[in-house]
Parts: sequence; structure tokens; C-alpha cells
Amino acid sequence: MKKTAWFWVILPLVALAIAIGVFLSSNPLEPLGVSAPPIEKLTVERTLLDDQGISLFVRASGSEPMQIAQVQVDGAYWNFTQTPPGELPRLQTAWIKLPYPWVRDETHHIRFITNTGIGFDHEIAVAVPTPQISLSRILAYALLGLYIGVMPVALGMLFYPALKQLGGQGMKFILALTVGMLAFLLVDTLEEGLDLATQSASAFSASALVWLVGITSFLAILAIGRRDGKSPEGKTLASYLALGIGWHNLGEGLAVGTAFAAGEAALGSLLVVGFTLHNITEGIGIAAPLVDARPKFRTFLGLVALAGLPAVIGTWIGAFTFSPHWAAVFLGIGVGAILQVMVEVGAYLVRTAHRSGSNWLSTVSLIGFSLGLVVMYGTALLVNF
Amino acid sequence: MDLSLKRRSLIGGVVLGVGALLGKLLPNSVFAQTLASADTSTPSGHSVPVHGGSMTMGDVDNARNGFDPQAILTDWDTGKASQLPNGQTLREFEISVAEQEVEIAPGVVYPAWTYNGRVPGPTLRVTEGDRVRIRFKNPGVHPHTLHFHGIHSARQDGIPGTLEAFPEQEVVYEFDAKPFGCHLYHCHSAPFKRHLHKGLYGAFIIDPDPQRHPDQPEQAQSRLLGTPQNAGWQEFLMVMNAFDTNFDDENEFYAINTIPHEFMKRPIRIERDRPVRVYLINVTEFDPINSFHLHGNFFDYYDHGTTLIPTLRTVDTVMQCQAQRGILEFTFQEHEPGIYMFHAHQSEFLELGWMSAFEVVA
Repeated sequence: MKKTAWFWVILPLVALAIAIGVFLSSNPLEPLGVSAPPIEKLTVERTLLDDQGISLFVRASGSEPMQIAQVQVDGAYWNFTQTPPGELPRLQTAWIKLPYPWVRDETHHIRFITNTGIGFDHEIAVAVPTPQISLSRILAYALLGLYIGVMPVALGMLFYPALKQLGGQGMKFILALTVGMLAFLLVDTLEEGLDLATQSASAFSASALVWLVGITSFLAILAIGRRDGKSPEGKTLASYLALGIGWHNLGEGLAVGTAFAAGEAALGSLLVVGFTLHNITEGIGIAAPLVDARPKFRTFLGLVALAGLPAVIGTWIGAFTFSPHWAAVFLGIGVGAILQVMVEVGAYLVRTAHRSGSNWLSTVSLIGFSLGLVVMYGTALLVNF
Repeated sequence: MDLSLKRRSLIGGVVLGVGALLGKLLPNSVFAQTLASADTSTPSGHSVPVHGGSMTMGDVDNARNGFDPQAILTDWDTGKASQLPNGQTLREFEISVAEQEVEIAPGVVYPAWTYNGRVPGPTLRVTEGDRVRIRFKNPGVHPHTLHFHGIHSARQDGIPGTLEAFPEQEVVYEFDAKPFGCHLYHCHSAPFKRHLHKGLYGAFIIDPDPQRHPDQPEQAQSRLLGTPQNAGWQEFLMVMNAFDTNFDDENEFYAINTIPHEFMKRPIRIERDRPVRVYLINVTEFDPINSFHLHGNFFDYYDHGTTLIPTLRTVDTVMQCQAQRGILEFTFQEHEPGIYMFHAHQSEFLELGWMSAFEVVA
């Protein structure tokens, strides 16, 4: 750049700095008579229950530093310790430890009273001891993740030989089914991400973050996938499918891990059946683009790992180091990844139809798409409550 | 953290659902749902916390507030006494409103309205038949009054439109003190509830004049401040009040004499051999009733304090509606020394601050 160009970069920045400095030092809004009390906000990001009582990881997002003056548990003031002590500046975190004799399987209500007398409520819906990190627990959660992520995908891929027997119409049907399944996952992941966003500190604007991260990661993955100038097909497309579903399964793992750790997940054999039925479609979808290729067994293993193992990581994070805003970001990436494979599988469907001389939009593809949604929705009935 | 359990949340069902197989593989303690040792934890390794740790943290800065709840227990304001030409005693008081911040619980600052800079306001203590004259100043920005519970003329009632002190104004109330008893005064300006719960209330005690009660001279003497009989008693003023710090029409803090748990952390010292008399007044807003329960002992109760014989005998709990008050008399003479709690027996109030104790010493 020329010298004059640099000047016009630096000048606005300097002017901005001066404007801020003048504003902060001169209080020009004084005539407005604004002396509103500070806005206070407190978010509980983690809850630990153990034989020492209740520990809460809180994040302040007030307009001014805020002070937790008193803490009520179930409507009783209770001694507590705060680390680090003192005021909490904006976005500062602290651990609040309460030596409270909590009762297993019952609900407890916490209320933080700040120095201005405002209260912030937090509910522990079902009190159960928080799992501590230990080798056996890590392994057990890993096993849980394997069953969430790996098993259904692997089972779904067993349909591969059957898929190979399908003709042009059958393939169109399966691809449309996959797009329908992905559409369900997209909505589900987005909902989950936005839900987590509401639980994180408001200063992070986490729901905007979910959308922005989703759009950005969609464009990024799409660009990477098409860096050779054409849409991915065959093994490559299957890999992107596995990646997208893998992100989704990471979110699944997160939700399960936190729900288990918080004692919210009730268990039953109906859920097992429901889940297997529900997620088996993921495996079918990943296998579909491989029909025209001659994949090695290793390829299948790799795809199963890519799609399924993130669930293991998800359960670990969810159980041991959960934080809602990071989880929301992860799910935002998942939204982008799923959208990308939806586009690519759709493009593949269009090309397949074109090659066989038929229209991509047909009764067969519509039935396939709808069936994908219906199967996912229908089996979700078994596991939602 | 309360993740809604969408379909994926329950994927976990797989693990135990697949069932016996996994159940055998996993250690029992892996999942939160299994039995663990942490049902009822107790803090360990420290000295025993007050009331099991069920207590507000820290202490209020009384110096900054400008009043001490312990001092209010026995801080009787008898005014400036003089003799009127007709022989009647005149007691003159000066009360001024302040709109000021008060630390009403450790670390919690509340925008209170006060009489003479304290909550409850000064305890006016006069004798039956005295002429009472109160010069009332309002340097604030809202109108305020003094409304006395007692027998007086409508012209002295201290309600909106009658002896209401507007900002920068001064009004004078004057009336004869009757009937004897344990009474109160408070602001009656509108909006009434807010003027009350922000702290505008105080005790108004009228001691009986023994000459007017020849049937019970001893009882009257023992109630009359300044007599040798009265000096034998240990008398305390306890105003049951509460604060709604977030203005949601529910109280966050309950106490006697404003500061929650103050008398639990520093129990009121009582000499075992001297009888105890408590002037108890309920000014709690939002909750229709409050109560007083004494541990390990029973008391006689004089509702409104307007009789010299108890209206309730041998009770350990008494309840008062808003603005109700009375006198409690009891003794620990036969007791072992020790800590004897007293508190509201609405457990909600107790846990939110209205929990206190006497320390009985031999």
C-alpha cells in the first residue's frame, strides 16, 4: 500500500481511540440524568454434588462488578466460601462451595443474593452425586459413547450389500431418505444448540453464536469439499457424511453425559430399542454414496469411527467438564457440517437422477425424503419425554 | 445444566438397557443413579458452625449503618422531660426522616427510609398520663407522617392530610400518653405498604403509673422505668421486622431489630437470677403473622401490654399479626446456664434470619 493509504487506515483508529477516551473521561451523558442501578446477571455453569456439599461454578455478566453477599439453599441462608473471593467483574467466574446436607433424588433450590438485594435462582432438579473422574468412570462413559455413536452406525452400514443390489430408482430413494434423515438431524442439532445457548451467560450471545458458527462452518466445509472444483462423491462424500453425523453425535454425547452426571437420564430397555432404531438410519446414509465404489473393509471401519467416536468424546466432556457456551459452539459447527452434507448428498441425488435420465424431483424421491423424516420423528417418540 | 432430554439424551438408555451384559461390566458407582455415600454430607475439619452452617455469612458494619441492633435492645428514649403548669410531665422528642442506604444484612445494602437514622426508629418510652410532644422533620423527597398507636384525637392521627410532613416541612404531634402498654408508631403516608416496609416504624412504650393502679402496685412499679423494682428486671425491645430487597412483595430477610441472625451469632446475655421482660412488636410486612418461640422455657404474655395481669399464661409460643404487640415475662432462675434459642416458629422466617438466642449465665 502507498503511504497515503496507510494514513487513512491509521487515522480512523486514532480518532476512535480519542473519541472513546473523551467519552470515558468527560461523562457527556450527565445531562440525561442517568444513574440507573447496575444490571446484574449470574449464570450457574456447573453444579457438583459430593460429600462436602454443593459446589457451583458461577459466571457474572453484570454491567458492573457484582458481589455475592448471601446464598440461600431451599429458603435458608447458608454459610459458603467463594474462590476466588471478592467482587466478580464482568465474565469473571468463581466457585461457590456450600457445606449443605443435600438429599439424594430430591430437588434443591439455590438463590444467590447480591449486595443490591437482587436474587438469582438456580435449581438442582434431581440431586445425585456428581461423578468424579476415575479410570473406571472414563471407561464406562467411553462404553456409553460407543453404544450411542458407534453401534447404530455400524449396524446401519451392514445394509451396504443390500444397497448395492438397488437399481437407479432404489438408489434415488435411499439418497432421498438420507437427505430426510439429515434434515431431521439439522433441526434437532440446531434446537439443542439454541437450548444450550439459553443456559450460558447472556454476554456471550450464544444463540447468535450458534447461527454464526453454523453458517461459517457450513461454508468452510463446503469450500473444502469442493476445492477440486466439483462436488464430492463416493468415498469422499461418505467421509463428509460421517463427519457431519460425527459432529451431531458429539452433541448427542454431550447431552447424554451431562444428563447422566446430573442424574436426569432415566434408563429403560425401551430406550435401548428406540435408540437403535432411531440412529440406524445414520449408518445407511453413510453407506449410500459408496454403492458405486469398491470400498475396503478398512474404509468402513474408518467411517464408523469418524461418525461414532465423537459421541465418546462428547460423553466425557458432558460428564466431566461441561460448559454451556462451548457446547453451543460445538453444536453450531455440527449444524454447519450437517447442512453441508445435506447439500452434497442432494447434489449427488440430482446427478444420479440425471445420469439415469430421470428427474431428481419425483414421487420416489419425495417418498424417500418424507420417509427419512417420518422414521426419525417416529423413532424419536420412543426416546423423547 | 438441566438439559432437556431430547431423544439423544436418552441414548444412554442403551448402556444399561443392553442390560445385564453391561451392568456386569460397569462398576456400580459409575452412574449417578447408583448408590453413593454422599446423601447427607456434613462439613468436616472445621469448628462447629453456628446452627449447622444454616446462617448468613459475615457481619454487618454497624458503624457505617449508624446503629447497633444490640444497643436497640435497651435503648430507651424518654425524651426531654419538663413540668407543665398543671403538674403534668411533658416529654419532648425530635424525630427526623432520612432516606438512606442501610446494610440490612451482611453485604446487602437496602435503600431504606429511617426515623433518626435507624431501623427500628427510636424507642419512645413515657409514663401513662404524660404529655408527649414530638417535633417531626422531613428533609426527604417524599411526604411522611408519624402515626401513633394510642388513644388520641383525629387531629393528631398522622395520616395523609392530617399532620403529614411534606418534604422540607416540619409538623408537631402532641397528645397524652394512654393507654399504658407496648405500642408502636409508623409512617402512614401513601403508598402505605412501601412507607412501612422501607423502615419507617418504631416502638412506643407507655409504662403504667402505679398511682393509677392501686390494685396491682407491685406489677405497675416493676413496669415503670426508673423504679428499683424495674431495675431488677432485664428488659429488651424486640421489633420483628423484615426486608423485601428485590421489591417482589416477598421478604428476603427476617430479623428482630433489623439485622438477620445478629442475636444468634452474638446471643443476648442474661443473668439467671433476674427476670426477663421482652417488649415484642411485629411490623413484618407481606406476611400476615409472625411469632416468637422460646426454647426450654415458658412465659406469661400480656397482649398489647395494656393489662397488669397476663392475657396468656405459661406458653412458649405466641403469634402476632401485623402491628400486634405484647409483653413477655419469664425467668431462667431454675435453669442451667447455657444457650437458649428463641425464634419465629415459621421455619421460613427462622431460616431467613429471625433466629436468636439468650446466653443464660449464673
